Amino acid sequence: MRHKSILATSAIVVGIVAFTACSKLLPSMIDPSEGLCGPVSMSSAQTILFSAGNNEFFRVRSSSSGLGPYFVASGCGNCHSSDNRGHPFTILTRFGQSDTTGNKFLAEGAPQLGTFCLPGYTPEAVPPGATSTQFIAPITAGVGFLEAVPDSEILNMAAANLNNPDGVRGHPNYDTIPSWATPLNGAIPRGDGKYIHRFGRKADVYNLLEQTVNAYSRDMGITSTYLPNNPSNYLDPTPSVTPSVPEVDNTTLNSTVFYVTCLQTPVQRNPNDPTVLAGNQVFVQIGCETCHKQTLTTGYSPIAALANQTFNPFTDLLVHDMGPGLDDHYTEGTAQTSEWRTTPLWGLGLAPNVQGGNTYLLHDGRAHSIEQAIELHGGEAAVSEGRFEKLSTTDRNALLTFLKSL
Amino acid sequence: MMIRTLIAVVAAVLFGCLSAQAQIDSSLLKTPEKKDTIPHSLNMDAIYNRPFLQLGKTPVSIGGYMESNWQYVKTSGITVGNQFQFRRFSLFVASTITKHIKFLSEIEYENDPTGDPGDAGGGSFEVEYAALDIEFHPLINLRGGMIVNPIGAFNQNHDGPKWEFTDRPIAMTQMLPDTWSNTGFGLYGKEYKNHWMFGYEFYLTGGFNDSIIDNTQGKTFLPAAKSSVNRFTESASGEPLYTGKLSVRHDKIGELGLSYMGGVYNTWQIEGAQVDYKRRLSVYDVDFNTTLPTHTNIITEWAWIFVHLPPNYTQEYSSRQFGGFIDVVQPVYRGRILDWNNASINLAVRGEYVDWNVGTFSSTGTRMYNDLWSIMPAISFRPTPQTVLRFNYRHERARDITGDFIGATIGTTAGFSLGLSTYF
Ligand code: HEC
Ligand code: HEC
Repeated sequence: MRHKSILATSAIVVGIVAFTACSKLLPSMIDPSEGLCGPVSMSSAQTILFSAGNNEFFRVRSSSSGLGPYFVASGCGNCHSSDNRGHPFTILTRFGQSDTTGNKFLAEGAPQLGTFCLPGYTPEAVPPGATSTQFIAPITAGVGFLEAVPDSEILNMAAANLNNPDGVRGHPNYDTIPSWATPLNGAIPRGDGKYIHRFGRKADVYNLLEQTVNAYSRDMGITSTYLPNNPSNYLDPTPSVTPSVPEVDNTTLNSTVFYVTCLQTPVQRNPNDPTVLAGNQVFVQIGCETCHKQTLTTGYSPIAALANQTFNPFTDLLVHDMGPGLDDHYTEGTAQTSEWRTTPLWGLGLAPNVQGGNTYLLHDGRAHSIEQAIELHGGEAAVSEGRFEKLSTTDRNALLTFLKSL
Repeated sequence: MMIRTLIAVVAAVLFGCLSAQAQIDSSLLKTPEKKDTIPHSLNMDAIYNRPFLQLGKTPVSIGGYMESNWQYVKTSGITVGNQFQFRRFSLFVASTITKHIKFLSEIEYENDPTGDPGDAGGGSFEVEYAALDIEFHPLINLRGGMIVNPIGAFNQNHDGPKWEFTDRPIAMTQMLPDTWSNTGFGLYGKEYKNHWMFGYEFYLTGGFNDSIIDNTQGKTFLPAAKSSVNRFTESASGEPLYTGKLSVRHDKIGELGLSYMGGVYNTWQIEGAQVDYKRRLSVYDVDFNTTLPTHTNIITEWAWIFVHLPPNYTQEYSSRQFGGFIDVVQPVYRGRILDWNNASINLAVRGEYVDWNVGTFSSTGTRMYNDLWSIMPAISFRPTPQTVLRFNYRHERARDITGDFIGATIGTTAGFSLGLSTYF
């Protein structure tokens, strides 16, 4: 009897000791190169605001806190897990605009489909005759830096492509800003009063305030003072009720905007590894960098840590014709249906962490590997893609190692 | 992974020690010393099987327990610092009205930030239990009032002083609701023969509502129904929630419980008009506890939840969930310590796993995660069986639905707690 008790005791003790020995007792901070959670350096007051925004970003809404009646997901963080690329299970559908003359299906709830609805409502459907596409969430880390890039720099990048021998062109997506948005610092409007837009897959969102207001309204069915009406569904005879008080108040909304604005840029891993460096050279040589611009500089920003910073997003914020393969016959603003904003490549290597160990790239996640994403490049990127096809195995592997280090 | 293997190994070693030799007091760790006179008891008896004080010559007896602790926990390197928590204070009043008619009530102040987030925040007093029992025959007793649904063992047998851990099992608080009580009535009974004991319970009660698939957790979450204020007077679905449990106990083998809880949970008709489909929920639960000849006490419970969702509902909410825990408690010393004659020191470990989204994504066919596992070694000191001072270390890993480990609320959580709990 006695020996059995000793046996059991020692099993527990061994268990505890082995366990203690093989893991640190308290977990350490997330290394910025492993995940994308941290803010840029900021004052205490800013930290408090950032933290409030962080809570709101990862807050989950229910019908009693304003969700729906039509929605795609119930919180920002459900689509932008770890502030990186999204998982296809929160994919959203846009429909109704097939050329630059605007969306013809606004009465049917365009541009965005409320994929899901609260119990008791009728789900939305893409109306007959409307073209549509699908978007998975892009990376949100570092968007504050993108917002602080002055229009002049975007225009310079577009101008530099004028006689590009590879056939790369690219232009900003000009559109009318919402009445409640104020022009960004150094904004350069076009003669017709339209401004350069830069966020979203089609670069048809002006700034992070508009992006956040739209996300609340279209992705979650949360009303704000800017967009006070819940969308209605043309298929549902019951009109959706517009709440008398906005479901997100301005203070909360501003903290969410502040949160995304101040997210740190993704940190490259092993930047000085020889293969990574070699891959970076290949990236430039075969013309990827013509669109995926490695280095941009911010202008003025009221947030000191964002002002006059050089950073590495790998985008030019322009829209490019990517050929018929990526033409979903849907568009926004003054972009053509085959035109897409150059996707920032930062955070690429960390994306599998939030995509269940798999890879889902391009606007709708159709590419299941980095190679496949490149192979689907056509149009203005066809020449560059052709060079990628002809790379030696060494160069190809170096390029992929480089991309995964981002 | 390693840690999970470790839980399995430790459990296997301990199960290996099981033999059919003389049984020692299985109730030492789970039931207090002072209890009413039931010689054999099942989890279903826990509610009466507590230390009570008789009030003079009146038929009324009272009792209660409290739980309080210190905690220091970090999630992904971030901590809220030292936390001092007064989690529960519970008062029971029982009275024998006449022979074969008993009444028991329990009023609880609860403020457990690690418990089920469906509870009203900030602490609240609630009637947890208030029921009348009429015994017609040991096999036929009628119970009515506000009763604790006999789903699993933990829901019925959750008093703080009985456990070596300051935190309640996660699956039994954040997947199944803990202290899940409802208005209703039903029958129960017990029978014993030689070393065997058999018990059943069957109740009809009020139940869940739509909040289990529409809540601020963003996942199917049965405890969300607890925050409904009118659930004690109004059933959201207008249909009963059925709860049934069968238990068998053999003095030398242990106690096995099989339970089921299910019914329509949504408001499918308003003013007589059908507004929605009837959607059902079913919970299956297996619990087992035993004391090995080594005095090692093993308690385990696992539950499976199935919920009908509206057609094409967001997969943030899952139709299947699974989770449970295993506790292994080994007394290492029993006897006199200082001035206490019946003191004990115990080593214990708890392994837990919960998966809130069982299944695959319809869009990709890949696995949904949103799961968590935890291991919690503990050491406890009981100056008497009714009072426990316990020190725990927890190591937990949680992933979100996409499998992401890195984030502010997911990732690794670890920390220490020192807790105090006692019957009085
Ligand atoms: C249903 C999933 C979903 C939800 C919920 C969601 N987003 Fe997004 N987010 C997206 C998608 C898809 C895009 C690309 C939108 C587009 O192309 O117009 C995007 C774009 C963004 C961008 C711009 C990124 C870039 O580089 O252009 C930001 C910033 C952003 N979201 C923030 C938020 C905030 C803040 C919330 C919560 C208020 C939120 N999102 C909620 C899916 C989502
Ligand atoms: C003409 C401009 C252009 C060139 C040249 C170009 N790309 Fe792209 N790239 C884009 C655009 C636009 C997208 C987004 C397309 C979409 O979402 O459908 C994109 C998307 C990507 C993606 C997917 C990113 C994500 O997160 O989904 C990768 C990877 C990528 N490019 C790598 C490369 C590489 C490597 C090269 C060089 C061989 C290259 N690109 C050349 C414009 C370009």
